[in-house]
Amino acid sequence: MRLVTAVIKPHKWDSVRAALEAFGVTGMTVTEASGYGRQKGHTEVYRGAEYDIALVPKVRVELVVEDADADDIVDVIVKSAQTGKIGDGKVWVSAVDTVVRVRTGEKDDAAL
Amino acid sequence: MVHADTAWVMISAALVLLMTPGLAFFYGGMVRVKSVLNMLMMSFVTIAVVTVLWVLYGYSFAFGGSDSRLFGGLDNFGLHGVSGGADLSFAAFQLMFAIITPALISGALADRARFGAWVAFVVIWTTVVYFPVANWVFDFGYDGDAGDGAGFLVHWGVQDFAGGTAVHVNAGAAALAVCLVLGRRVGWRQDPMRPHNVPFVLLGAALLWFGWFGFNAGSALAANGTAATAFVNTQAATAAAVCGWLVVERVRDGKPTTLGAASGAVAGLVAITPACAFVSPVGSLVIGALAGALCALAVGMKWRFGFDDSLDVVGIHLVGGAFGSIALGFLSLTGGLFYDGRDAELLGKQTVAVLAVAAYSFGLALIIALVIDRLVGFRLDEEDEVAGIDLAEHAETGYELHTAAGGGVRTGAGAAVAAPAKTPEGSVSA
Repeated sequence: MRLVTAVIKPHKWDSVRAALEAFGVTGMTVTEASGYGRQKGHTEVYRGAEYDIALVPKVRVELVVEDADADDIVDVIVKSAQTGKIGDGKVWVSAVDTVVRVRTGEKDDAAL
Repeated sequence: MVHADTAWVMISAALVLLMTPGLAFFYGGMVRVKSVLNMLMMSFVTIAVVTVLWVLYGYSFAFGGSDSRLFGGLDNFGLHGVSGGADLSFAAFQLMFAIITPALISGALADRARFGAWVAFVVIWTTVVYFPVANWVFDFGYDGDAGDGAGFLVHWGVQDFAGGTAVHVNAGAAALAVCLVLGRRVGWRQDPMRPHNVPFVLLGAALLWFGWFGFNAGSALAANGTAATAFVNTQAATAAAVCGWLVVERVRDGKPTTLGAASGAVAGLVAITPACAFVSPVGSLVIGALAGALCALAVGMKWRFGFDDSLDVVGIHLVGGAFGSIALGFLSLTGGLFYDGRDAELLGKQTVAVLAVAAYSFGLALIIALVIDRLVGFRLDEEDEVAGIDLAEHAETGYELHTAAGGGVRTGAGAAVAAPAKTPEGSVSA
């Protein structure tokens, strides 16, 4: 099993979700996150005082998937989240040892 | 006074009352999430405290009959002897001015003033500064002609229709004194102290604008042409001030901001307050546009001089109020330098009035704040300030932003009894 984590632009979240559902994904965990990369932050001005705002709002999507699906899902996310501009985000995949469905106690692949 | 006048003054009083909650939201939106309730409360509690003072002795101190030109009198404690539509509606109307003036000061004290100390400051400052200054400016004497018994500024010929000196210079000078006593907030200049809710700020500015028609047009104390003049001029100046502020921002910062539009409106309202019945509509546009631009620049003073006037009470109310009052020396249709024989007499009087009120208010506010600070402590502990004044001083938070943090267990009085009910003596339930 694999954990796919994607940090994307908030306004791309709807198209990522639609693309993942079309692929057959049935669930995911979504968190509002903030951070920065090469894009850095932005400047805001209040009554003439400039503030350098370091953190940019992002959405973090997490899915635990079967090993065979991981690469395809990464593809789906990259295609649907891409704008081609700086700040599009990152996707990464990591190994998962154990998964348990809380309701039934099912384990691993059966719990996905 | 005919019935229509009494009706207009009472409606105006209600409009002016609405300005103080409006101010609370104007200020409340500008602070961070952790201080919004305290900011709202500093204004709201002022409504309560000053109303009590006003009924007990405030009206008497400001407008009670006496020959003094500096002080009202002692005859009207408990509003004793104040009766009839004209007098009572005037007492109600002037009460609302006495409320909003100290409330204006709170903008300089964001995030760091202990609540009890603030209440004490409001009680003392309103008593020894606002009530006498209201007499100087708003008491037209026994016959209402600025003769016997009138306040010394109005008797001398100073023009202040609705309180450019008595309200705005007065509050702005006091705000400067108190923020000097309190010192800068932890992290000032380093931490981004961004407004947490700019829509609140605009909403508050809109409520202020709406209520200000009562403030300015109501100061005619009659439903007549003077009131209508003040009404039109108030609108003209405020609109021009929004434009003035936004032009400065567009040129200096690149973008016109929502906060700037709201601030410009308030700057224009402040500046036209002393002038609204004495200038032409075009004169009002001039005062407004210049006040908007001037205040947009003046709010930068605190960075240069290093005082933490958190929400720019000095930059908007002291500067705007002084500008509007002094501008009358040029633009007043009766006595202004541009209209009346090039005589600078009015200009001199207006300047003296601004300086007199500013000096009196600044000096006494400084002493009051220092004494309160020495006796009970005005400034919040640093740890509480960083954690947030709402929690430290009110045991509340403004918003429940995260559902996971929304739980908790009720404790203290009224909490559900979690333990099993007590059983009769000697037997213990299994």
